[in-house]
Amino acid sequence: MSLLMPDSGLLFWMLVIFVVVLAVLAKWGFPVITSMVEKRKNYIDNSLSKARQADEKMAGIMKEQARIISEAREEQNRILKEAAEARNNIISQARDQARDEAAKLIAEAKVQIEAEKESALSQIRSQVALISVNVAEKVIRRELADDKAQEDLIRRMVDESLKIDADNAAN
Amino acid sequence: MNRVTRYFIAVFSVLALAWPVYAGDASAEAPQVDIKSMLFGHIGDSYEWHITTVGDKDIVIPLPVIVHSSTGWHCFLSSRLEDGPYEGLYCASGGRYDGKIVERDADGNEVRPFDISITKNVAGLMINGLIVVLLILGCSRWYRKHDVLNEAPTGLAAVIEPVVTFINDDVVKNSIPEEHSARYAPYLLTVFFFILVNNLMGIVPVFPGGANTTGNIAVTFVLALCTFVAVNLFANRHYWKDIFWPAVPWWLKVPVPLIPFTELLGVFTKPFALMIRLFANIMAGHAVILSFVSIIFLTVQMGPVVNGSMSFISVIFGIFMDFLELLVAFIQAYVFTMLSAVFIGLAHEKPEAGKND
Repeated sequence: MSLLMPDSGLLFWMLVIFVVVLAVLAKWGFPVITSMVEKRKNYIDNSLSKARQADEKMAGIMKEQARIISEAREEQNRILKEAAEARNNIISQARDQARDEAAKLIAEAKVQIEAEKESALSQIRSQVALISVNVAEKVIRRELADDKAQEDLIRRMVDESLKIDADNAAN
Repeated sequence: MNRVTRYFIAVFSVLALAWPVYAGDASAEAPQVDIKSMLFGHIGDSYEWHITTVGDKDIVIPLPVIVHSSTGWHCFLSSRLEDGPYEGLYCASGGRYDGKIVERDADGNEVRPFDISITKNVAGLMINGLIVVLLILGCSRWYRKHDVLNEAPTGLAAVIEPVVTFINDDVVKNSIPEEHSARYAPYLLTVFFFILVNNLMGIVPVFPGGANTTGNIAVTFVLALCTFVAVNLFANRHYWKDIFWPAVPWWLKVPVPLIPFTELLGVFTKPFALMIRLFANIMAGHAVILSFVSIIFLTVQMGPVVNGSMSFISVIFGIFMDFLELLVAFIQAYVFTMLSAVFIGLAHEKPEAGKND
């Protein structure tokens, strides 16, 4: 039956055509496509593994970041506490200093006041002495008309003076 | 469902109305349709490419005839043969060489010259081969022109690449050991695309399709021969040992080499099965479709109603068969490629480690 008998001419041409097609495609066709597909596959695999690594690194970085942040927060707290302490210290020191200073000033002022008072008192005393001497002069100039009275007065005055001296000495 | 039924009724009535015009003429002349010659004419090979017949005029593409007869080489267009013998050569009608170019020897017997004419099938193979080459080179050109790492394939490459990847990864690499698969991949991919394009072009009923290439035993013979060569030429020692000294009880191979004989037979039956499977599937598919179309012409004499309804049925079945053939076209190309890959893989199989003979 002719259907099952391969025709020699067709065999020949089929062999030629198929070998030519095979040669052309094996040289310029399929290796290009398959190698490119392979290349892209490798690239995608690489990219995926790189992405995974980047993810892991990112997670590490996030952890590191959290750690740094918490550390920073602790540091901040510590610094704030220290600052508060320092402030308190400074304030208390300043207060102490101010107190000391004030005390010193007050003391100085007291001394000065005392001195001023003293000088004022001495001035007053001397004034009073002068005035009293003047008064005494005038009184004496007028009173010393009779001897008796003069003598009594002098005596009395001397006594008084002595008494004053003795009091002063006692003071 | 109701809509479908209504549609069918509409088509039926149109056919029934339209048909009497032709049916009347046909039954008057009552030409006997020679189904067998029509069928074999379509399935078989010929020296010209018959496209259609308009009225009495055949529209054909004449193809070059190349023969080496007793009088030397002859090369002419097949249209020369229409008006009787040309240079002592003519187309035999009937007899052993029906439809082939023959010459008469001294005794007046018809003898066949050495014939390498570009017949319809050869022309079809050339066209289909060219289509395969253009498809694949078009695809590989895209890869040469574009950076594969930055661009997704477009156009032809986007169509071809998934198929190439599918065959290369699922068929070739699954069947053939890693270190050999790259060497056989171009062959197997070429076989796949060659068979696929030939199958699909065979389904297309008009020029440049319609040549029954993969449904021709010579074509599948060459393909099977190539697989046979690819399997056996580079087979490893283990493969040959399994054939001539397989791991079976000694009495099965020493006095009478029963198993070696069957194994050796298997070397040839495997490609033979490939050849017959592809040939029979495609040829039968074409025959079935042609038979359904023939029903239309056979039932002309049975009156318009039968003819109209049968035409409708045969068109429906023809459409169904065409879809089936699309599936078969792919499946047969796939099966041929896969089995070739499996056979090549078997020829490169390594003996299992720790196996004791």
